[in-house]
Amino acid sequence: MSYVINALTKSLNVFHLAGSPCNNCDIEILDALTPKYDLERFGIVLVGSVRHADVLLLSGAFNRKATIRAKTVYEQAPKPVVVIAIGNCAITGNIFRDSYNLDPPIGKHIPVDAYIPGCPPKPEAMISAVVKLIAKLKGTKA
Amino acid sequence: MRIPAQEQVLPVLREKLGGRLLDATVKSPVRIFLLVSAADIMEVSRVIFRDLEARLQTATATDAPDAFEILYHWAFDYIGCVVSVRVKLDKQKPEIDSIAPLCRGAEWIEREMWELMGIAFRGHPDLRHLLLMDDWPAGKFPLRRDFKGLNA
Amino acid sequence: MPKKTIIPIGPCHPLQEEPEFFKLHVDGEKVIGIDIELGYNHRGMEKISEGKTFEQTVFLVERICGICSTSHPIACVQAVENCGDIPVPPRALYIRSIIGEMERLHSHLLWLGLAGHFLGFNTLWMWVWRYREDLLNMFEYITGNRNHYSMMKPGGVRRDIKNEDVPALVKTIAGLRKPLDLFRAVVMEDPLLQARTKGVGCLTKQDVIDFCAVGPVARSSGLDIDVRRDHPHAAYGMVDFKVITTKNGDVFDKVVVRILEMFESISIIEQCCKALPSTPGPVDSNPKEVVPGEGIGHYEAPRGEVIHYIRSDGTNRPARHKVRAPSYVNVATNAKAVLGQYIADATIILGAVDPCYCCTERMAAIDAGTGAKLLDAKELLRLSRQKTEDLKRQMGVEGPKLDMGAFA
Repeated sequence: MSYVINALTKSLNVFHLAGSPCNNCDIEILDALTPKYDLERFGIVLVGSVRHADVLLLSGAFNRKATIRAKTVYEQAPKPVVVIAIGNCAITGNIFRDSYNLDPPIGKHIPVDAYIPGCPPKPEAMISAVVKLIAKLKGTKA
Repeated sequence: MRIPAQEQVLPVLREKLGGRLLDATVKSPVRIFLLVSAADIMEVSRVIFRDLEARLQTATATDAPDAFEILYHWAFDYIGCVVSVRVKLDKQKPEIDSIAPLCRGAEWIEREMWELMGIAFRGHPDLRHLLLMDDWPAGKFPLRRDFKGLNA
Repeated sequence: MPKKTIIPIGPCHPLQEEPEFFKLHVDGEKVIGIDIELGYNHRGMEKISEGKTFEQTVFLVERICGICSTSHPIACVQAVENCGDIPVPPRALYIRSIIGEMERLHSHLLWLGLAGHFLGFNTLWMWVWRYREDLLNMFEYITGNRNHYSMMKPGGVRRDIKNEDVPALVKTIAGLRKPLDLFRAVVMEDPLLQARTKGVGCLTKQDVIDFCAVGPVARSSGLDIDVRRDHPHAAYGMVDFKVITTKNGDVFDKVVVRILEMFESISIIEQCCKALPSTPGPVDSNPKEVVPGEGIGHYEAPRGEVIHYIRSDGTNRPARHKVRAPSYVNVATNAKAVLGQYIADATIILGAVDPCYCCTERMAAIDAGTGAKLLDAKELLRLSRQKTEDLKRQMGVEGPKLDMGAFA
């Protein structure tokens, strides 16, 4: 990431895009917002429109149809935007990588900045990744 | 009418389907496989769905060595039995009457069998892509044995 | 000729976690038609399965859906066992039902929370999901993972539940009764929630029969079917439980059926846990082959019947593996349920089916091209919540109140 993101030091607007997911990652992402993990205390907010997003969170294996959608969404995101691939499906295609309906990984079609592996990654793993990401964006150590 | 007990399933079906029932395999009292002619599928389905009050669970299309097979799986929830009706279709020209006009539950699965296996359903109210992209190349059916990928 | 407006909901719907595309044809404030399009989730499961061994395919089907992540494996291994006439030890049968019912609990709690979220009751969402966490912790304790527990295998289960762990399991499950009672009272008796959900999105018994719908969608319209009772498998033939049906088929009934089912699930788990210590023995019959043939396995997932068909040609891979998830038949009922309803209710009606899109894989690619006004997903959520706010004012009520002290 060669751009400087000073504006992101307050709170991060995250737009979550699921493409051919099994939903486990998606539910764990929502779980991370519930009181036990409470991602909002780190200043993370899920937004309903990609046009307000600082971070694009991708989950799922992204089949051919979903990949087209994802590219459109990425284009609509105001730059700079940080793209995070969450879960093994988004990172490699996982067990679906040989499917006739996939052209994995989504990272081939959209530039990905960070990866959170797991099937699904636990909320603690997501929080850890977000903290590291914020520190990296701020140029400080996590 | 409802079939009174599991033991009665095959006798009742034999009686109601008569000559349309070509063959029957009883794997167990709760798993029965019937073979019928594709031409009779509408009448057979009507008997099972409307007369005998079964529920269409799903239909399976298979690329078998000698024919395309469709298995219609019907659940008789009231007596805990599953009856699967098999039809065999010509490999060169697989087609059959759609049972969607009779049973709305068949609409989507017939669309899926059409696009993934290439079976034509005559009289289907809305035969178009369900799962695959609309511009999926024609003639390439992913579930067929000879399908080797989009780039092949 | 009424003026038709087309409102697409989706595909990136922040309300629901999967992309789906419903195109509503609207005349004024009412819905007069709907196009449902799928396609974004199709990963080619059945073809991939033909390249996997019977054991590997269980891990594959687990990932069809993260929410009903044990339902597909249970149906799949039952299909394999049916095909190869493979026996399953009794201890494994009890464990299957325990894991299955715990999944039903977590799934219904998840849905209840999301339903609260759709309607604008975020406190309900947060509290329901907080109790779901206890359940997920218990999953991790006994299976090793919060989700995707990988407990099932042809011939039995992958891990035993140790007898000394059973008391902790029972304590957690039984401990859900008190918050469930509270949620039941709050949700079922709240006048605002009733105003939002009663008479909304009705499906008649004939509708669900025609669509061959399953699960709570069918039972809320009076169709008394449940795979656990009708086609006994796992431990369901060895325990007592009620099948919950209601008769109005509206969104309220769908809520009621799911809430009351949770109590039955707790009871089933308790009965299985009671039987477990006195059912010693292996949890796996270690099958070495699947003889050529065909088998069907079905199971009552939280959303309804999931069915797998397996054909074996004697090798260690399926010659054909067909999967049909419950939402495949249930989502189709939306074609009827939204007709004549208000747009502000569309999201809760579509959500009441508890769609597991990844199970069914849906998405839509519809070209609008009519120059019609488009409302996006955010707008629809706003409409839904606005209706709740308007009703609050009209009725002079606050909505479901959760007495936090009751949880002490």
